[in-house]
Amino acid sequence: MTTQRTQPDLLYSEEEEALRAAVRDLLADHCDAAGVSVIARVESDAPHDIVTWKALAGGMGLAGLLVPEELDGQGATHREVAVVLEELGRAVAPVPYLTSAVVATEALLECGADDLLSQLASATTIGALAVSLSVTAGSAYKVVRYEGGALHGELTGIADAAVADVLLVPADDGGLYAVDASAVTVTPQVSLDLTRPLAKVVLDGAPGRLLGDAEPAVRRALRSGAGLLASEQLGLAEWTLTETVRYLKERKQFNRPVGGFQALKHRLAQLWLEVVNLRAAARNAADRLATGSDDADLAVAVAQAFAAPVAVHTAEEALQLHGGIGMTWEHPVHLYLKRAKADSIAYGTAGAHRAALAELVDLQAP
Amino acid sequence: MTDAADLRRRTAELLAAYPPATTDRLDFLRARFDAGLAWVHYPEGLGGLGAPRSLQVVVDADLEAEGAPDNDPRRIGIGLGMAAPTILAYGTEEQKRRYLRPLWTGEEVWCQLFSEPGAGSDLAALGTRAVRESGGDWVVNGQKVWTSSAHVARWAILIARTDPDVPKHRGITYFICDMTDPGVDVRPLRQVTGEAEFNEVFITDVRLPDSRRLGGIGDGWKVAQTTLNNERVAIGGMRLPREGGMIGPVSRTWRERPELRTHDLHQRLLKLWVEAEAARLTAERLRQQLVAGQPGPEGAGMKLAFARLNQEISGLEVELRGEEGLLYDDWTMRRPELVDFVGRDAGYRYLRSKGNSIEGGTTEVLLNIVAERVLGLPSEPRTDKDVAWKDLSR
Ligand SMILES: Cc1cc2nc3c(=O)[nH]c(=O)nc-3n(C[C@H](O)[C@H](O)[C@H](O)COP(=O)(O)OP(=O)(O)OC[C@H]3O[C@@H](n4cnc5c(N)ncnc54)[C@H](O)[C@@H]3O)c2cc1C
Repeated sequence: MTTQRTQPDLLYSEEEEALRAAVRDLLADHCDAAGVSVIARVESDAPHDIVTWKALAGGMGLAGLLVPEELDGQGATHREVAVVLEELGRAVAPVPYLTSAVVATEALLECGADDLLSQLASATTIGALAVSLSVTAGSAYKVVRYEGGALHGELTGIADAAVADVLLVPADDGGLYAVDASAVTVTPQVSLDLTRPLAKVVLDGAPGRLLGDAEPAVRRALRSGAGLLASEQLGLAEWTLTETVRYLKERKQFNRPVGGFQALKHRLAQLWLEVVNLRAAARNAADRLATGSDDADLAVAVAQAFAAPVAVHTAEEALQLHGGIGMTWEHPVHLYLKRAKADSIAYGTAGAHRAALAELVDLQAP
Repeated sequence: MTDAADLRRRTAELLAAYPPATTDRLDFLRARFDAGLAWVHYPEGLGGLGAPRSLQVVVDADLEAEGAPDNDPRRIGIGLGMAAPTILAYGTEEQKRRYLRPLWTGEEVWCQLFSEPGAGSDLAALGTRAVRESGGDWVVNGQKVWTSSAHVARWAILIARTDPDVPKHRGITYFICDMTDPGVDVRPLRQVTGEAEFNEVFITDVRLPDSRRLGGIGDGWKVAQTTLNNERVAIGGMRLPREGGMIGPVSRTWRERPELRTHDLHQRLLKLWVEAEAARLTAERLRQQLVAGQPGPEGAGMKLAFARLNQEISGLEVELRGEEGLLYDDWTMRRPELVDFVGRDAGYRYLRSKGNSIEGGTTEVLLNIVAERVLGLPSEPRTDKDVAWKDLSR
């Protein structure tokens, strides 16, 4: 199928840069985090920005990047998806892209659920994998009871379930079921990350359609989710660093721009170095997923073990270095901090990924 | 334009004319230089063919496969990494022809006479004087310090003050110094590892003909920037396999010695393993950018990253070894020919890596450079800008 290159291609192609520019333009028009639009939205009853989602997913066709063309997708790869996620991270856009166009889509690709894939690809349907956002690929996840042809149980921590049309639910018979959102009760949970809210899903005899085996589908979905989340974290980290540098060049105290004080310059240079390293690790994960490399598990574990601390560090520094204004609700840095901290748990903590890595590179625990 | 096929053909011709198995090492290296296959991106006649830099790997791979000798790049790192690009950029045709060939073959080792007791990070404050005689020759007096490999060097790149009456950056001139001149006195400077890899160099009435000047009189600071920029890029641009750096030995120790493992060390090892892999990928990304002709600012960061990682990883390994970590392999005072960062024992690596955040610009100074040149933050306040060097406080 895909050819294996031994060395990863860590650069961006011209097409990828063009894609980035298009996504960035669209986000600048629709969903401006640095302005007030995202802050206002996340406080409302409808925190998701469905208008932006439609423009991005339907208008630009980006929901179908991972879906083959014969199923109405774009037949692109994880490399392009990663570029989209960098821009979404930069904007902390409250859209269900990672959950629907990556995680749910990968689960469906594993099951070969062609009709649903077409619907997700053409963005007429939003999908969500009904596994808690905190679960790492390969570890245990909660299942519901399959009894008498219907599903029963309660699942929590389901990202973007509030806007999903179809939920992909693992059951105790080992199957993965497609369940219509209208057949279940979805209750929003008060979430740390306002831009990727979680929900509780209660199934009370909900009918489901068997798609295939849950285990391989969930594993594949969470692996891609973790690997590509690193690109979202990269975009987020870049925004926080760029904004902080900009602010500190303008802000004056002691008759000087505070960005001219060496203690702060060194901290910012350090963050820059972390971001540069994160870019290489995230690019590597995207490329290795795209080429179906044997190294993909390792690349994902490295990227995710590295990305979370960096994204959190840049966001925390951004808040601190903005001083009092950084602590206000009006300033968007808190959206980034909350996303960064939640992302550090999403699809497994850095520690969980280091543990996976220990197995992969034969550095066994005592 | 020279392409990969052309280079492979030329490489095959070289190998046919000088079979490595039966050819003297130096004869082979000289022939390789003359065939333009030393550094293919250099001009024709100077060891290259004006080909894209990225094609060097093609030549290297074919030569390696045939067991061709290499020029021991680690032993002549200062020549290759710093002197050569500066001579190429600023040298006269005559200078290029005189110095580049024996530099590349390793027949002549180079060292760098930049730092002085009073001028390290503030290199432009240097006080070594070069005074021009009426005949046109220069007479140099002063003291240099921390000079790596001065004890094995044939030539040195040297910066000296030629005009004390102008602000410090403007009164410097760049020279090539003959290390065999009797006025050059090299004294070993023993370092924390016990050996003497660097030296003090006392320069007394050393006479340099004007043909040893590189660049214009008073342009030395500009010329030195070429040297320093290449010094930092040289560290970032290498291609390492996974576990290719300092993380390799400690990972092997971990695998081979289960009795040494603890939970605390495991967590720290994994964290550093991830960071080392990210740094390796960043260096690879930098290399791909260079090959694609779009050098990024990443190079400025790589030296910072490797310095910190080398120190943390080697420190961890000393701890991992427990009782053995209390021992040291050998304190004998020696004057090694090359710097071996990953060789010897964990204790040596730990101590030697302390220099990684000082040599070639300290971590503090490099962070300033990243903050100012990459992030565009305001520069440090200057009190020396418009003051003549002779009026600065020392
Ligand atoms: C192993 C080794 C090999 C070397 N080889 C060579 C060689 O071959 N040739 C050669 O010419 N030199 C060589 N050097 C010298 C090296 O380049 C200098 O040591 C280095 O530039 C620092 O200068 P310094 O030692 O005078 O420290 P100083 O400049 O005196 O610095 C002292 C401390 O102050 C800090 N500092 C200085 N200025 C600032 C600032 N503006 N802001 C914040 N902090 C600052 C430094 O980071 C350092 O921590 C070598 C050094 C080592 C350790």
